Amino acid sequence: MIAQHLPILQVVLPLLAAPICMFIRHPRVVWMWAFVTAWLCLPMSVGLLLKVLEQGTIVYNLGGWAAPWGIEYRIDILNSFVLIIVSMIGAIVLPFARRSVEREIPQKRIYLFYTMLLLCLAGLLGMTITGDAFNLFVFLEISSLSTYVLISFGKDRRALTAAYRYLIVGTIGATFYIIGVGLLYMATGSLNIADLAVLIPNIGGNRTVQSGMAFLIIGLALKAALFPMHMWLPNAYTYAPSVVSIFLSATATKVAVYAFIRVVFSIFGDVNILEILPVRNMLMVLAIAAMVIGSAAALYQTDVRRLFAYSSIAQIGYIILGISFDSVTGVTAGVVHLFNHALMKGGLFMVLGLLAYQIGSTKIQDIAGLGERMPLTMAALVIGGLGLIGMPLTAGFISKWYLIQAAIDIGLWPIAFIIVLSSILTVVYVWRIVEVIYFHRPVNPINDIDRAPISMVAPMWILIGATIFFGINTNATLEIAGAAAKALLAGGV
Amino acid sequence: MSLETEFYFPSLGLYWIIIVLMMIGFYIVIAHGNLVKKIVGLNVFQVSVFLLFITMGKVLGGTAPILKEGVSTYSNPLPHVLILTAIVVGVATTALGLALVVRVREAFGTVEEDDICALENDA
Repeated sequence: MIAQHLPILQVVLPLLAAPICMFIRHPRVVWMWAFVTAWLCLPMSVGLLLKVLEQGTIVYNLGGWAAPWGIEYRIDILNSFVLIIVSMIGAIVLPFARRSVEREIPQKRIYLFYTMLLLCLAGLLGMTITGDAFNLFVFLEISSLSTYVLISFGKDRRALTAAYRYLIVGTIGATFYIIGVGLLYMATGSLNIADLAVLIPNIGGNRTVQSGMAFLIIGLALKAALFPMHMWLPNAYTYAPSVVSIFLSATATKVAVYAFIRVVFSIFGDVNILEILPVRNMLMVLAIAAMVIGSAAALYQTDVRRLFAYSSIAQIGYIILGISFDSVTGVTAGVVHLFNHALMKGGLFMVLGLLAYQIGSTKIQDIAGLGERMPLTMAALVIGGLGLIGMPLTAGFISKWYLIQAAIDIGLWPIAFIIVLSSILTVVYVWRIVEVIYFHRPVNPINDIDRAPISMVAPMWILIGATIFFGINTNATLEIAGAAAKALLAGGV
Repeated sequence: MSLETEFYFPSLGLYWIIIVLMMIGFYIVIAHGNLVKKIVGLNVFQVSVFLLFITMGKVLGGTAPILKEGVSTYSNPLPHVLILTAIVVGVATTALGLALVVRVREAFGTVEEDDICALENDA
């Protein structure tokens, strides 16, 4: 009975749990409540993935109304994989959150923070699970609005302007998305993604559909922070509370990229928009620009959080590049990197969250010489950095290996070369951190380093450990991503 | 019926109104330095999209979608419903945006983007 309603429970649980936080108010109890909710979401996602692997796509009609009239939740391998990413990060972030939030957010606002965190979780899960283009917009806005609030919780006053700028850009992105949905609805009379996929090939070269596609792609690219629509991201990640940076860097852009994949391969799957040269070239050029410029900008940052924010922009470039190859290997690389990058960036931002907790700063001059005083935390930072570079035995290696292979497969040697070049840039900025940590003397020695609570260290090591685990033990992730890629390229939903 | 046709806008003209409105809103968002005015521009931008949706629900010669004897052509109610949702989202966005502006003003003492940028770079 319950198993049958898992798809809707996955979204409704955090959505209902969020307002209840408002009534509980007591900081510790609210945290407990959010913790339990997030940990209930995880087994649901796992259950859904297992069920999908066993019996194929799950279709759930909301309220029993059949699609395309009713809203339909449709879960295939790709969805359930992204669901796992989101709910896993949610579940790992919450134990970390308790101490970090107590330190960074005023006591009387903590309950509001968890309300927003759960709403954001609900929005992201909803975006992932839904099979309805308009429903996706609604969840997109739920997650975005709560994200703006979460960012504005930051201690620095620049958090407010970062949140405001993200609000403006994010709303433009979401409005573009809804214009696209409207234009598609005009041409086809349907809002269901699976139904759109069937209807669109019949009207092929219709200009309304084409401009709809353009609006959808630009709107989602804004949310995914694809270069050059990334300007909101660095400030948002730098000034938001640590927990928010961890959660957003690991999930929010990933889910936007997922929606992007849905548009490209599902809605327009049978039209093969990637075979239209300008579309494909545009994506490739933007992805490459993101990889190179994002990594190059990271070189010049004086704050480690900002540095990793720019590195996120570069990593989004890798994912989009994989998608734009339009081959099974390429899309596999993109999808697997969604997962691997969530682990790596989640882990890295957790290290920075610990730094903010223990020494109260993430400035590069303040971490000088910390290699001796905080050997374990700094080791985690280095391992995460190696993952970003794509060293063998880390998760980052697998995605890059597949990406380069995909580029060579379709004869694009220069792109394979650029991937290596951007990895070298990554080596440079990671080395800069390593050098400062281990070989520089502390600029202004910090006498009292707070002890790191185990509730923060454990989640960090789980994520950092997972980047190594999934770097050595690649079968599970590659198999799922490969199956998702094959299903996507077969066209339709 | 004759009333319908008499007041019927040539649809292409209607789309131009929407496009002009959209661009005005978009321009305000990009060009204005005042944070409150940016929100106003964002609203104009969103409203133009609401209009786009509502126009597409119109079926020529159709009446309001309420079951009534002797009427067989109705306008499509679905876009209206979608826009009800989008309006709610728009109101929430505006409220949140204005709340942020209030906080920005408390923290920076100004709502002009140029001044805020200068203050941010000092810090």
